[in-house]
Amino acid sequence: MSLKFGMLAEYATPADLMHAAEKVREAGFRRWDVFSPFPIHGMNQAMGLKNSKVGWFGFTGGVIGYTTGMVMIWWMNAHDYPILVGGKPMFSPFYAFPPAYELTILFTAFGSIFGMMFLNRLPKLYNPLFKSERFRLVTHDKYFLVVETTDPKYSEGETRKLLESTGGTHIEIVED
Amino acid sequence: MASTANKLVLQDPPRELEREPLVANHRSIGWISDAVCRVTEDKVPLWWWLAFVPSVIFMGILGLMLGYQITTGVGVWGNHHPEMWGWDIINFVWWIGIGHAGTLISAILFLLRQKWRTGVNRAAEAMTIFAVMCAGIFPAVHVGRVWYDWWLFPIPNPYNLWPQFRSPLMWDVFAVSTYFTVSALFWYVGLVPDLAIIRDRAKTKIKKIAYGLLSLGWSGSNRHWSNYEKCYLILAGVSTPLVLSVHSIVSLDFAVSQLPGWHTTIFPPYFVAGAIFSGFGMVLTLLLPLRKLLKLEDLITMRHVDLMCKVTLATGSIVGYAYCMEFFIAWYGGNPYERFTFMNRAFGPYGWSYFLMFACNVITPQFFWFKWIRQNVWVVFILSIFVNIGMWFERFVIVVTSLHRDFLPSSWGYYKPTIVDIMTYLGTFGLFFTLFLLFLRFAPVIAIGEVKAITPYADPHHPLGGAKGGHH
Repeated sequence: MSLKFGMLAEYATPADLMHAAEKVREAGFRRWDVFSPFPIHGMNQAMGLKNSKVGWFGFTGGVIGYTTGMVMIWWMNAHDYPILVGGKPMFSPFYAFPPAYELTILFTAFGSIFGMMFLNRLPKLYNPLFKSERFRLVTHDKYFLVVETTDPKYSEGETRKLLESTGGTHIEIVED
Repeated sequence: MASTANKLVLQDPPRELEREPLVANHRSIGWISDAVCRVTEDKVPLWWWLAFVPSVIFMGILGLMLGYQITTGVGVWGNHHPEMWGWDIINFVWWIGIGHAGTLISAILFLLRQKWRTGVNRAAEAMTIFAVMCAGIFPAVHVGRVWYDWWLFPIPNPYNLWPQFRSPLMWDVFAVSTYFTVSALFWYVGLVPDLAIIRDRAKTKIKKIAYGLLSLGWSGSNRHWSNYEKCYLILAGVSTPLVLSVHSIVSLDFAVSQLPGWHTTIFPPYFVAGAIFSGFGMVLTLLLPLRKLLKLEDLITMRHVDLMCKVTLATGSIVGYAYCMEFFIAWYGGNPYERFTFMNRAFGPYGWSYFLMFACNVITPQFFWFKWIRQNVWVVFILSIFVNIGMWFERFVIVVTSLHRDFLPSSWGYYKPTIVDIMTYLGTFGLFFTLFLLFLRFAPVIAIGEVKAITPYADPHHPLGGAKGGHH
């Protein structure tokens, strides 16, 4: 079995990686990615990424949290088993607000974390890139760019030439 | 005129305007990984064992004390009528207050784009989580019959009763449990890329598998970073109102009651400022020895210490203002019971605790106006301990002096803790330091990825980040 996953190139600095990303984007590739030890400021624009969708997951979580809090307290204290305490109303949005507020925050956090994990397809137990010895340095101090073989524009010779022209070193083919 | 315009060159800013770098000695990106991961990779140092063994012993004492209290009853504590809240609630509020600095550093300073937070946020967040765990023990056991604690949660019970949400104690349950959950998740999300660093450096099979699973297969992909950064921003955005609400709600446990000394509208902001003040006190107490012991002075620099002292000064001054305003309103409000409570607080049998609190919380932080004090680690360390003591006495003053002389003079008394109270409190230190030392050993103590990102090497528009001029 020697299915090929993609072509890996190493860069020395964030600026080199960013210029390479711009070139690869301009060449019209679709299935490619860059890897760095920390998020590089401006890389999303260089890669042409759209604004992350995590916000929608967080917002949905928050709406669910607030509604859950309000409806739960009304249902428990005013509907299912009403108890009169100190002449206070059976339900009032004011006393229900603090728990509903906390649940809004809790569910927003759940929404954005699980949304982020879903969008990133994490946890991921297998990644062909981890077979490359050099790729281990991605969490240390090196920067990488990968063009996947499934990209319609991928061709072993042309892609290698493009990566070399952008200053990529240690270019290797990673097997799946 | 034209000739002078041509000669115009960009000059370096004057030296007094230059800022001390946040990573000292121009350390490289790889050095940061090495320095922080070394803590988890080197042989366990002797000081670690010297701290760990007593911590575990005290954690055992905590277990014994709680076991004794649960099997015998709340009577083993000093609490009695009318002093129904004693050290249990004091310790609860104290620990949860300490927990506030972590989220302040990780969330509020993130939104304010304070880059220095990266050096201290990981350890402060760990401190938060462990402090909230210590705090949570007290309300759980002070109810007396701990086996009914689950009635606090909206779970159907055999009598078909539901929690009574008109009580601030229920708000507190939601606030504290949300705070713990969100802080722990925030901490973990921040840890994922750093656990991947340890995974990639791991030499043994067990370490590779354990850190591999914990880091969720993180690869540093920019498509991942894009979603990750958005997620982190949202978490910071929701943690900010969360941290402000938690201690506000804790203060409502007091303020919603009708008791003179508790029934005041200043409590929520005053509690929040006090919580951040005490939290920074504890962060300084923990990090000043740690930066030395772990040899991380280049990452937790004197500039970090200086800035934390300034936050302590600011919040300490707010607390001092609140003490004065509270007293002024007691007089200005014209309520004789409230006036009595406050006069009794300062000049009654517990006057010593009031003046101890005032000295530690109002006078101590004022030393931080002076730069030579902020630059002296020993003085800062000692002052930070005074802050911790003072904030414990603040809660003592609020709880004990308001309760010990109630409306019925025949029930007045002088509250004293028992040995069980004291050993339970000391036991929570055992739990806290056991967890904190384990954290030091097994997780990166500094947010490596975030510190890397604030160095000039990480900036693609900086010459050190590889920029060569041109269109960038």
